[in-house]
Amino acid sequence: MKLRTLKTIAAAFVAVGIGMGTASADALDTIKERGKLIVGVKADYIPYGFLDTSGAIIGIEPDLAKDVADKLGVDVEYVPVVSSNRMQFLEQGKIDLMIATMTDKPDRRKVVNIVDPNYYSSGTNVLALKKLGLKSWDDLNGKPVCGIQGAFYNKATSQKYGAKIVAFKGTAEAYAALKGGNCAAFVYDDSAIVAKTKDDAWSEYEMPLPTIDDAPWGLAVQLGEDAFATLMSEMIVDWHKTGRILELETKYGVANTPFAQAMHEEYK
Amino acid sequence: MIGGFLTTLKLSAVCLFFSVIIGVVGAWLQGSSFKWTRRFVNGYIQLFRNTPPLVQLYFFYFAIGTLLPTVENDWGGESPLLGNFAWAAISLSFFAGAFNVEIFRSGIEAVPKSTVEAAEALGFTKLQIYKDITLPLAFRVALPALNNNLVNLVKTTTLAYAIAVPDLLYESNQIWSDNVNVTEMMIFLLIAYFVLVGVLVAGMNRWERSLKIPGYG
Repeated sequence: MKLRTLKTIAAAFVAVGIGMGTASADALDTIKERGKLIVGVKADYIPYGFLDTSGAIIGIEPDLAKDVADKLGVDVEYVPVVSSNRMQFLEQGKIDLMIATMTDKPDRRKVVNIVDPNYYSSGTNVLALKKLGLKSWDDLNGKPVCGIQGAFYNKATSQKYGAKIVAFKGTAEAYAALKGGNCAAFVYDDSAIVAKTKDDAWSEYEMPLPTIDDAPWGLAVQLGEDAFATLMSEMIVDWHKTGRILELETKYGVANTPFAQAMHEEYK
Repeated sequence: MIGGFLTTLKLSAVCLFFSVIIGVVGAWLQGSSFKWTRRFVNGYIQLFRNTPPLVQLYFFYFAIGTLLPTVENDWGGESPLLGNFAWAAISLSFFAGAFNVEIFRSGIEAVPKSTVEAAEALGFTKLQIYKDITLPLAFRVALPALNNNLVNLVKTTTLAYAIAVPDLLYESNQIWSDNVNVTEMMIFLLIAYFVLVGVLVAGMNRWERSLKIPGYG
């Protein structure tokens, strides 16, 4: 059984090798010849890539992809991908570029060319009453903290910082419990929390702590496409510089994330 | 994990105790000569027997819980008077209590009318008749049905995990999410509840045998 698995993996690597060998033509030339940039994006992840009422793919990432196509002076075509096939689509040349909410990880960099700098990021933070005056994660020690059942950061929050996790099935229950005073804070994704703090009903609440477990997102091109990667790198720097990502966040109704703001400050 | 098991034990014990109390008192009030007392008890039974326990839990915790006055707590915020454990105990006790009232009523109705009349003739008061004559006899008749309901109650305590009471199921869920050992935890959970309910059933059966009166019921 084990041997067979190993063989399958080996065969997959060989196939990948052959695939890379054939994709020798410069991707930029191919795209220009074709007159179309084919981009893999998510179609089920509001607001980063989702379907509108007419069935067209829209969102922050499709808009970024459109920017790239405009820069190259070609049309854009969106291919919906999911987390389990996005890297394979790129390897096989079904898509030229992948912008699909992918977390940047070292082992993924071996398979696809993840372009620096990172264009986006999300991490863990808490939503808490302003009057509690939380300053550091250690302030949560011994306090009840609402969470979502099964979330990976529950363990860290309780073991590292000594919080008593009160975990609910969904976010609505957790928000209700926080509002009802059943917990001192709610530990969740920072991008969602930022959006909540802008909500009038939550004006007494804040996101007081530094974001932890921050995982940057990377967009990717095929391995070996260095010219395309350089171009994409310039595009990302430009997005951060001009505040394009902040602008798109606003357009799709998410509050500006700390990462996008920090990058804008850095490249401004 | 052990904490989760203890929480389940504690919640079960509290709910078993209060649901039986509610059952006994409710069945007595049901036989009251005041029309409104009877109506009130019947209304309570209808309300709690005809709604799902999970809905009741959510209702108590999220609807009633937020309406109660809040108290200053040790972390500088305002928290509701009652926490999730208290609400789970209250809600599940009322839920099982509604069934227990009807179970005790079935036992009381099985007590021969002539026995009660004899007690009345001897000058017993209403409360004395209920406490010393009707209830002890009714108890023996009602015990098998009561067993059933109490077993169900222990199993229903798992619902408290919806309002984040850290019981056995809740703790197990966090463990299998962190360690991805879903299969092992499922087996463990099944066995843990089987043993827990098994102990309760064995105890109740012993009690049933010890209460047996030769020639009655």
